[in-house]
Formats: sequence, structure tokens, C-alpha cells
Amino acid sequence: MSVLQKAIESGEFAVTAEMAPPKGTDFSEQLAAARLLEGKVHAVNVTDMQSACLKASSLGLCVHLKQAGLEPILQITGRDRSRMAIMGDVLSAASFGIDTVLALTGDHPAVGDCKDSKPVYDLDSVGILRMLSNMEASGADCGGNPLSGGAPRLFKGAAVTPVYDPRPLQINKLRQKVEAGARYIQTQGVFDLEQLEGFLEDVAKAGINVPIMAGIIPLKSAGMARFMNENVPGIAVPEEMLARLDAAAAEGKEKGVKGLPAKLGMEMAAQMIAEIRGKKLCPGVHIMAIGAEKNVPAILDMAGVHILP
Amino acid sequence: MIITQKKPAEELLAMLEGVTKVAIVGCGQCASACQTGGEKEIAEMKTFLEEHGMEVVGTVLPDECCHKLLMKRELKALKDSGAEAIVGMSCGDGVQTVADNMLIPVYPANNTMFLGQVERVGMFNEYCHMCGDCVLGSTGGVCPITKCAKSLVNGPCGGQKNGKCEVNPENDCAWILIYKRLEALGQLDKLGQTRPDKGYAGVAYPRHINLREKKS
Repeated sequence: MSVLQKAIESGEFAVTAEMAPPKGTDFSEQLAAARLLEGKVHAVNVTDMQSACLKASSLGLCVHLKQAGLEPILQITGRDRSRMAIMGDVLSAASFGIDTVLALTGDHPAVGDCKDSKPVYDLDSVGILRMLSNMEASGADCGGNPLSGGAPRLFKGAAVTPVYDPRPLQINKLRQKVEAGARYIQTQGVFDLEQLEGFLEDVAKAGINVPIMAGIIPLKSAGMARFMNENVPGIAVPEEMLARLDAAAAEGKEKGVKGLPAKLGMEMAAQMIAEIRGKKLCPGVHIMAIGAEKNVPAILDMAGVHILP
Repeated sequence: MIITQKKPAEELLAMLEGVTKVAIVGCGQCASACQTGGEKEIAEMKTFLEEHGMEVVGTVLPDECCHKLLMKRELKALKDSGAEAIVGMSCGDGVQTVADNMLIPVYPANNTMFLGQVERVGMFNEYCHMCGDCVLGSTGGVCPITKCAKSLVNGPCGGQKNGKCEVNPENDCAWILIYKRLEALGQLDKLGQTRPDKGYAGVAYPRHINLREKKS
């Protein structure tokens, strides 16, 4: 059974981190970060060319992580692969013991760094989940042909954006993802827990019952936060956090100390995690450190979160 | 309407290299409305080609360029014209229908862009992808296949900012348009309806429809 599934179903506070494959063939940085995450998180999401920027494929790093003793989550977008290619990757992944996946629609190539690439979108997030659920139920492939040895059992997840207007439209899509087979959800990075609470209340009111892990992005600087506010859909870092990061930068400049805003960002992330856990807002968190995966263990320490061995 | 746009002049001239006698075929339908193949554009093309040393030995402006039998009749006027090539000022369908009727090269003056709405003179919006399986009945009459950059059929992606698309911030998010329209129509229940994912088995091109086929 999927390690993440076991954690969620046993009621343990579930923790996932996120990692991107390299833009090249040298995976050493990712594997070094993986060693630091071992025993600290239940699983590690491996992104599928996030922001539509070319990287080595998700499957490749997933296999590396699995062989290094971690539990990878294969992120699958519909951007670059037809239903056949997606199913083929999932079968290959399953052969390596990779049993946890996250289905996403995927950022459009137009916003990425290989703009001439053909947008595929044969299936979107809901379609991918539905296809994999059908595969598991029938033991057959996407054309209805039997799979030799039957279909792999997968713990399937999806994403949701709590900061979204109109909210009913986002909640409707969430419902479709759950109906299509999503058994866990990770959110876009959240910064305002009151806002998150309101969103989760509306999800509950809609009768949708699925574990929703809160997405946590440790901020590195006010500049990074402002850039995300401007450019990343669904990200809304509150003014109060921006002001604290600005103050940390000013303090660092005055004292001649580097890295104060990043340190504060880690503290704020830890504080949110502790609060989410303390108030039982979510059954777990998903930490997106965006290249600073080495900081994840320290953030979890500060939050007082230690997973069971 | 099939929306067309003029190709860059250099591209057309490169195709016509070595040609001395040329004929022009416009189109009285879409290309006239798009200002790419009507009377005025044919006259401008004639002047342009003459300026570049070619003799224009004939011009034809059929009612519609995509009608094979009609074009067979219209093109008779060019049969003995001595034209070495034809400049087709229509959509790609029209250019090919001309070529089906004449054994000389037919060079396109236009790029065929999309099936679109004429918002007003000179303003065109892509409205239909001709997917072969219309979903407008469940989407409030707003096409997600065409108006969503990812052609999503199950609702929006997370890539909208202030209701605008991540791919082109000038475009509204199709699914927010659909949501608002369904809300206004009192049909929000349709949002919850599950749609089957589009399959592509039935859209292997080139497709043909023959109403004359005997029904078995």
C-alpha cells in the first residue's frame, strides 16, 4: 500500500515535499536533497515539467528516489502526453513499485521555455484520474484491452487552488476530481489560514469528503513573494507577510547579516504548519520549497512535526 | 466563416519565382469578408504582380471557391489564358478546389486561420474548432474546445488570473464565461454533469460526409 495512503488513513499528520528533476542528466543535487528528506516526509512529489519548463521526466527522478529508499509521487500532467503515453508511464512506474500519483492538467507550453511544443491535453486532470480508475476497475488499458497481470493499484491524488474566484467553479472541479478517483488533494501554496479555513468549510458544505493537504511554500524574500503574487495564479501572500519580509531584509542590511528574510520565511512556514496541525485544519501538509528542499527538515523541526518511522 | 489572413508578400513572390504569366482567383464568400480575396484585393494583387514583372492574364471572382462543380465552370475562363500559375486568394479549401480543376501550380496568397465570428468589419474571433462532437448544449453556448487554450471539457485549470487566461491575458477564461452564462441561464446544475472525455477515434482525417450514400 502507498506510504502516503497509509499515513493519511491511519490518521497520522501526513507530510510530503516536492522536487523537480534537473534540466539535464545530473541528478546528484536531487539525490543529495533526497537523503536529507529520508525519514522526514512520507513521500516526495516529483514535478512534471512545472511551469511548462523542460526538465528530465518525472518518471526518471521517481525511479532514482525509489531506488534511494524514498517514496516518490509521480506527477502526471496532460500537457505533453496522450492517454496512451500517460498509461504507459504509469505502468512503467508501477513496475518500479511507484504506487502514488498526482494528476494535473499542466501549465500551457505558451508560458514555458519550449513554446513551440505541441499542447496535447488529450486528457485533463479529471480525465487522467478517470482513466486510471477505469484501468484499476477493469484491469484493461485505455482501449479496453486486458493488461497482462492486471492493473496496478494506485493511490491517486489531485490539486486544488483555494484562492479562486468564482469559488463554486473550483469546488465543482474538485468534486469531479474526487468522483474520478482522487483520494487525496494537495493545495496550491496557502498563506492565509483564515482564507483556507473558509475554503475548506465550503468544500465540506458541498459534501465533498477527501483529505486535503495544505500546500506550504517557504518564502525566500519579499521580492519572491511579490513576484508570485503578480505572476502565479492562486498565490496571494498577504501584505502583513510582505512587510515582515521587508523588515527582515532591512534588519539584515543594517546588521550586515545575510539570509534573514529566508530564515523568516522558514519560520513563517513552520508556524503555519504547526497551526494547521494544531487546529486540525488539514490532515497534512505539502511543502513546496522550490529548490530549497534541504530546508524542509528544519522547517518540520520548527513546526514540531516528526513522522512515525 | 473561414477566416483568412494575407501571407507576407515576399513569401508569395518566392513561390512565383520564374513565373511570367499568372492568373488570380479570388472568392466572393469568406475571403471577400476577410479582405483577402474580394474585388478590391484582386485589383491590388494584379497591380502588385505587374509591378514585379508578371503579366496577369486573367482574374476570376467566383461566388465561392470551395464548390468543385461551380469552380469547374468558373475556371473555364482561364483554360486558354496561357497562365503558368494561379494565385489563389481564398482559404486553403478554395486553393485546393482550384487545383483540383487545373493542372498548373496554384499558390496560396493567404493563410487560413480559423472558423470564426465576424464581430464587425475587419474584426474576427475564433469560435469553433469543428471538433465533430458539439458540447455547447451543456456549456451555456460557450465553446470550451475553442475558447479554452487547453480545450478542457471538465472545468477550468488553475491558470486563470483575474478571470483571464494564462496563455493570453487578453482572453477570458472560457470556464468562467461558461460559469457566468450558466448562472444567468439558471442552468448551473449542468456544471456538475459529467462529460465523457473526448475521444479521437471518430476524427481521423481527412473526413468525408456523403448524404447520397444508400442507408443500409
